[in-house]
Amino acid sequence: MITAEQQKEIQKKFKERMDQDQLLNCMRCGFCLPSCPTYIESGFKESHSPRGRIALMKAMVDGIIEPDEDVERTLNLCLGCRACESVCPSGVNYGHLLEEARDIIQQSKKKKQSLPVKVLRKAVFEELFLHQNRMRFLTGLIGFYQRSGLQKVAHATGALKLLPKNLASMEKVLPKIPTMKEMKHRPSHLMPKKDVKKRVAFFTGCLMDTMFMKTNDATMKLLKMAGCEIVIPQNQECCGALHGHGGEKEMAKDLAKRNIRAFEDLNVDYIITNAGGCGAYLIDYGNLLKDDPEWAERAAEFSSKVKDISAVLVELGFHKRKLSLPEQVVTYQDSCHLRNVMKTFSEPRLLLKSIENVEYREMKEADHCCGSAGIYNIVESEMSMQILDHKMENAKATHAETIVTANPGCLLQMKLGIERLGLSGKVRAVHIADLLLEAVEAEAEAAAVIK
Amino acid sequence: MIQADIKEKLQQIVGPENYDDSKAGRLVYSYDASPQFQSMPDAVVAPRNKEEVQKIVKICNKHRIPIVPRGSGSNLCAGTCPIEGGIVLLFKHMNKILEIDEENLTVTVQPGVITLDMIKAVEEKGLFYPPDPSSMKISTIGGNINENSGGLRGLKYGVTRDYVLALEAVLANGEIIRTGGKLAKDVAGYDLTRLLVGSEGTLAILTEATLKLVPMPETKKTMLALYQDIEACAQTVSNIIASRIIPATLEFLDQPTLQAVEAFAHIGLPTNVKAVLLIEQDGPEEVVERDIEKMAEICRAEKAVDVQVAKSPEHAEALMTARRTALSALARLKPTTILEDATVPRSEIAKMVVAINGIAEKYGLNIGTFGHAGDGNLHPTCLADIRDKDEMERVEKAFAEIFQKAIELGGTITGEHGVGVAKAPYLEWKLGHTGIEVMKAIKNALDPNHILNPGKVFAKETNRVVMMK
Repeated sequence: MITAEQQKEIQKKFKERMDQDQLLNCMRCGFCLPSCPTYIESGFKESHSPRGRIALMKAMVDGIIEPDEDVERTLNLCLGCRACESVCPSGVNYGHLLEEARDIIQQSKKKKQSLPVKVLRKAVFEELFLHQNRMRFLTGLIGFYQRSGLQKVAHATGALKLLPKNLASMEKVLPKIPTMKEMKHRPSHLMPKKDVKKRVAFFTGCLMDTMFMKTNDATMKLLKMAGCEIVIPQNQECCGALHGHGGEKEMAKDLAKRNIRAFEDLNVDYIITNAGGCGAYLIDYGNLLKDDPEWAERAAEFSSKVKDISAVLVELGFHKRKLSLPEQVVTYQDSCHLRNVMKTFSEPRLLLKSIENVEYREMKEADHCCGSAGIYNIVESEMSMQILDHKMENAKATHAETIVTANPGCLLQMKLGIERLGLSGKVRAVHIADLLLEAVEAEAEAAAVIK
Repeated sequence: MIQADIKEKLQQIVGPENYDDSKAGRLVYSYDASPQFQSMPDAVVAPRNKEEVQKIVKICNKHRIPIVPRGSGSNLCAGTCPIEGGIVLLFKHMNKILEIDEENLTVTVQPGVITLDMIKAVEEKGLFYPPDPSSMKISTIGGNINENSGGLRGLKYGVTRDYVLALEAVLANGEIIRTGGKLAKDVAGYDLTRLLVGSEGTLAILTEATLKLVPMPETKKTMLALYQDIEACAQTVSNIIASRIIPATLEFLDQPTLQAVEAFAHIGLPTNVKAVLLIEQDGPEEVVERDIEKMAEICRAEKAVDVQVAKSPEHAEALMTARRTALSALARLKPTTILEDATVPRSEIAKMVVAINGIAEKYGLNIGTFGHAGDGNLHPTCLADIRDKDEMERVEKAFAEIFQKAIELGGTITGEHGVGVAKAPYLEWKLGHTGIEVMKAIKNALDPNHILNPGKVFAKETNRVVMMK
C-alpha cells in the first residue's frame, strides 16, 4: 500500500529530482517496444514497455497521475536490462530514469514499511552486500550445507519441496562453494610470466569472489597469460548495483566512493571486471556522482578505466592464440548490462569463435534478457520464469551443448533454465572465463601429447 | 467515465483481462508519437476478434462513447490521441497473417500485424510488399492503412493505398462491410476501399485487409551523393526525375540530420557536408547498374562533391536503416521535436527547401530537413523546447508559413502522416470549403453519432491546438 501522504511526497520528489530533459527527450516513437522483454511477455502491454514507463514517470512529474500500486508495479516489473537504450534513436537514458524513480518511491515508502520487509531489505542491502566477510560467511554456510551431507539429506527427504519451485531449483544449480579458508586467502598482486603489456586492477565482485571464486581465478590466469600485471586492492567493496537498482541510491553512492578510493592511486591502465552487471554499474559511477563536486571528476576517471575481461583479452590479441576444446556446439547469451551499457558484445563472440573444434551458433534473440536481472528472478519469479522458458526454447534450437555467459546472475539463470528443460548432464552453462581457461588447458594438453 | 453497467457489458465481451480502466493503464494510451498532445481515455479495450469489435461498436454507438482504434501508437498527427476520451481499441490480439496467396500474389492479414513482420513473412516466399514507413519495425498494418502511410520507396512503388485490394471493416452501426477483392480490376460501384484507406479511423474500424504483393526485385544498389550546396542537391532530385529515371528511393538529409543520425548509428555517414542524397535503385542487374551510373553522373554534374556506392548489401541496409531513424535521432538534440510533412510536386523540391531554410531563419528556429525528396515529401523538423513559450509560438508561425508555401507550390499540408488533430486547423487551406463539406457529408453518413475517432480531421477552430487537457 502507498498511503495518500506517501503519494504526495513521491510526487513532490518526482518534480524535484527527475531529469526533465531526459523525460522530454523520449519522443514516444515506440522503437523500443520490440526490444522490451516485459512488453512482449506481458502480451504487449504498453504499461510494461519503456515508452509507457517513461510516460508514467513524466505524468507523475506533470501531476497528471498519482504514484499508485499500478505505477509501482510496472516500475518493479522492469528488468532493468536496458535493451531499450541500445535501440533508442533519441538516446534516452532510461536506466538512470528508472533508478531515480525507484529510489524516490523506495525512500518515501521506507518509513511505513512492514517489519519483515524492513528486516529483509536491511539484511540484504546493509548487512550482506556492504560486508564482504558476511558475504563469505553466508556463502560459506551454503558450502557447509553442500559438503556436510545436509544437501543430500535435503534432496533425499524432499525437504526442498517446501521451498517455492524456482528457489528449490536454484538450490540445485548453485556451483560448488569454496571453503571459508579458500575464500579468505585471496591474492593481492600477480605478475605475468613474460613481459608486462598492461597494468590492470581486478574488480573481484562480492558474489564472484565467493560463490564463483573459481571463475575469478580463471579470469586472473587469463589476464596473466595475456600479459597483464594484476593489482587486486583488498579494500574494494560491492559495486553497489544491487542497491542502485533496488532504490537505495545513497548506499550505492557510498559504495562507489569507497571503490574509487580503493582504485584511484594504483596507476593502472584498466579496471577489469568479469561480471557484466558489476561492470555496467562501475562504468556509470561518473554519472552516479556527477552532482558531487568532490567526487565527480574522480568518478569519471574511475569509470573511464572500466573494461570487461573479454574486451581486454581481445585488445591484447588473446583470440589469436591457439585455443582448442573437444568438438562441441557453443552458443552465447549476452549479459544485458555488458551489451547495453558496456557495449561489449562482439568481443566474447570473437573469442568463442577463435576456439578450435568449437562450432559457434548464434542464438535467436541472444541479446534479450534471460530474466535473471539481479534478484529479479526471486522477487518477480513468475515473469522471470516466463522469460527464461522463452529464452531456453531459443537456446535449445541451437543444439548447443555449451551455453556461455559473462555474468554470474545470467550463469545461474542459464543453469536453472537447463534444469527446467530437463537437460542437466547434456547441456552445460559456463562463464566465458572458465571456458577460455578450459580451452587453454586443453590445448596445452594436446600439445604435450604431440611432444 | 464509463458507466458501471456498460463496463460490465464490455468486460463480458472481451474478458476482464482485456478491459483496463486503471489510471496507469489508461495513461499509457493517452498519447502517441505526436509531441504536445495528451488526453486520457476512459478505458482501454482489446478485442480478440471481429465479432467482439462489432459488439463493442454497437454498445459505444448506443451510448455515444468515442472509440479510438490504435495500433502501436507511432502516429505523428495525434490521430490516436483520445482527445475526447472514450475507449482506446487495441488490436494486439488481432495480429495474425491469415494467408499468403502465391497464385494471386496477395497477403491477407488482421490489422494488428506488425508491418515488418508481414514484410519478412512475404519476403520468405520471394514476394515484396513495397510500402515501408520508417516506423515499420513497430507500426501495424491497420495503422498504415488508416493513415495511408508512405515510406522510402514511395517514389517508384507508391504508398499503402496502392497495395490495398480489399478490406473488411465494422461500421459505426456495428454492421460489417467488405470492400474490393483479390482483383486487379473492379469497378463495381464506388471505390470504398480507397475511401477507407487514409480515413484515420473516422469512418469504420478495420478488421481485415488483403494487400497486393509484387515479385521481389532481382537486385538493388545504394549510393550516397554528397553536397556542399543544398540547392544543388535539391536540383539534382528534379534533374534525375527529368532524365526519366525513377529510383526506388531518393532521400534527402541535411547536415543537422546527418550529424544526429551518425551520432546514433555510427555507420560512417559524412557529417562535414551540407546535405546528402541517399539513392537506391532496384530491378534487373543491368538496369540497376545503368541507372546508378547515370544518376551518379547527374549528381556530379550538379556539383556533388563526392558519390559513394555502398560497399555491400549490409552496408546498403545500414544506410537505409539509419535514414529511418532520422526523426528520433534528431529528437536527441532538443527536448521537443516537431515534425511536419509538407509535400510539393517533385519539380518544386529545390524551391521548397530554400523556402524552409528562409522561414527557419526568419523565425530564429533550428529546423533540420530530411525526407523523401524523390516524391516531394519533405520532413522539416523543428528542434525546440516546449517549456519555451516564445519559441513555441514562433514554431507555430513558421509551420503555418511552410504549409502556405507548400500549397502555393501546388503541394499539400501532409504527405503521409495524416491530418489527425495536429493538422486539422490547416485542412481547409488545402481542400477549400467545398472539399471540407464533402468530407463532412461522408463522415455524417457513415458515423452520424461521431463515435469513431472524434475530433480528428475536422477542426473545431482554425487556430492550431497546442495542448490538450
